[in-house]
Formats: sequence, C-alpha cells, structure tokens
Amino acid sequence: MRAGLAAYRLFLAVVLVDLALALWQPDAARDSAVTSWRFLLEVLSIVPPVMVLMGLLDVWVPRRLVESHLGPGSGALGAGLAMLLGTAAAGPLYAAFPVAVSMQRKGARLANVVVFLGTWAAIKIPMLMMESSFVGLRFALLRLAFTVPCILATGWLMERFLAGDGTAVALVPAAEPATAERTEETSR
Amino acid sequence: MISAALFGLTAAALLASWWADPAKTREALQIGARSMHGLAPRILGMVGLVGLVLALVPPAAIQRLFAVRGLGGFALVAAVGSIVTMPGPIAFPLVGSLARLGAAPATLATFVTTLTMVGVVTAPMEVSYFGRRFTAIRQILSFVMAIVVGLLMGAFLR
Repeated sequence: MRAGLAAYRLFLAVVLVDLALALWQPDAARDSAVTSWRFLLEVLSIVPPVMVLMGLLDVWVPRRLVESHLGPGSGALGAGLAMLLGTAAAGPLYAAFPVAVSMQRKGARLANVVVFLGTWAAIKIPMLMMESSFVGLRFALLRLAFTVPCILATGWLMERFLAGDGTAVALVPAAEPATAERTEETSR
Repeated sequence: MISAALFGLTAAALLASWWADPAKTREALQIGARSMHGLAPRILGMVGLVGLVLALVPPAAIQRLFAVRGLGGFALVAAVGSIVTMPGPIAFPLVGSLARLGAAPATLATFVTTLTMVGVVTAPMEVSYFGRRFTAIRQILSFVMAIVVGLLMGAFLR
C-alpha cells in the first residue's frame, strides 16, 4: 500500500498545492483544475489505444526484424526508418515513450530510438500540417530542414554519452518484471 | 479527430490480430493493460502539473514574454517553452496568434521546438521509462538543438 502511495506522490503534491492555492488565489486554483481535467481527457483519448497497439507490436513483431532494420548494424537506413516511423505518429511525446521502450527492448540501437523520439516530438506530419496552416508553409519547411540534422546529431551524441551504460533500458516493466521476460519469450 | 483515427486503427488491428491468433491477442491486451496500470500514477501527476503550471503561467502571460526583445527575450521564451507542456488545442492557436502578433521567427521556432521536445513537466514520465541519465541528457541536448534551430531560422527568415 505504501509503495502504491509513493507512486502517486507527484499527483498528491500537486493536489496539495492546488488546495493551498484555493485559499490564496481561488481563480488560479480553478483554472488549474479545469485545465488538468481537459488535459486528462485528451490524454485518455490517446494513451489507451497506443498501449494496446504497443501490446500488439510486442507480440507480433519478431525481435529479429527490429534488430536487423533498426539495430546496431542498420546504419543510415536504420536512422531513416526510425525517422519515418516517427513522422507518421499521432499524439504527443509521452505517447511515444512506451513505443520507444518496446523498440529498444527488441534490439533497436539507442541512436535510432532517440531519433524516433525526436522526430515524433518535433517534426511529425500532423504537427507540420498544423504549423503550416497556423504559422506558414515556409516556416514549417525551414524548421523541418534544420531540425532533421539536429535530431540525427542528438541520436549520435546520446549513444556516445550513454555508451556502455546499461541503465537506459525500460523501467516500466521493472515494476512488473514479468512483462519483459514474457515479451522476450514470445519474440523468440 | 486524431483520437477517432487512433481508436479505429487500434480496433482494426485488434480484430485482425484476434482473427489470426486469439491467444497472442489476449497476451497483447494484457501487456497493454499492465503498462497502462503502471503509467496511471505518472499520468495523473503530469496532468495535475500541467494544469498547475498553465494556471500560474497562463497563455496570455506567455504572449507578453514575446514582447521582451533581444537576447533576454529569446532566453526567457526558451526557458518557458522547456518548462511548460501544453495540450495541443491550447498550443497551436497560441503559436498561431504569436506569429500573427509578429513574433520573431527565431524566437517562435525555439518556442515550438522546446515546447514539444523538452518537457520538465513530462520528465517524471520519461524517467519512469528510460531512467534519469537518459532523460537528463536527451532533454539537455534537445534544448541546445532548439536554440540552434531557432538561431538558424532567425538567420534565414527575417
């Protein structure tokens, strides 16, 4: 029970601050609650299907396939593929984390995982479309052109910095160690 | 709209998977449910924090930040973009109105990039997946990248 509560510590802290705020600045507290509620609805409209898709990918995509196309020997093609996967994304970055973890668990190279995350965050196609309609096509395309090399560089640098560091592995299954093992079994 | 497409796609994938192999599909659903369960506290924390930050730093205040000219304004915008994470329906109209108000391209590009790639608010979630070291290095590199992209944009668009 105590472990369960510890997981909620951030949420509880926010609730406490909100309560304190309600005494001092009731308007801000109400805004906070309303925005959080709206954001929760948005998160709930995206995260559950992503989780199910991730489960399906986990079961169906064989490890060998990921390893050969995104693994250490995949080179420029692997980075290109990671980018392609990222651009087709829907939803905000936090929806990408579980997908990236499952890629990494199946043998994708760290640089490609980072490239995937960067692409998903900054230059996914739905976002570029929004951006060109709100800000302008020239702005969106130019930002795309500058962002691509930067994302590739970030992936490469991350791999340098984390080389030999085994900690960058999925931690969510750590709470449920069975998940990782099961996945390994089925992917073989 | 994105959500409807996502739910539709997931439903179609589930049906296809069930047709091919019910046992594997059940396992996939279990994996999904388990990670959803593990994620729930993080999601609540993040959602609460986003509401709180946006209440203390409302979009109207962010708009005022863009009025600060020069390097100081640039740094301020980059910092705020890194801390704040916004739900899409708030973020896009805000960026659009900033562009209409005549925000400098360099500042705007840095804001967009930090807003999406760097998230102090979403960091707890990232840590729970990848660990502290990965999260810290990725966010710092992304921050530097946002500044580089912004400066390049400023040099090319005036």
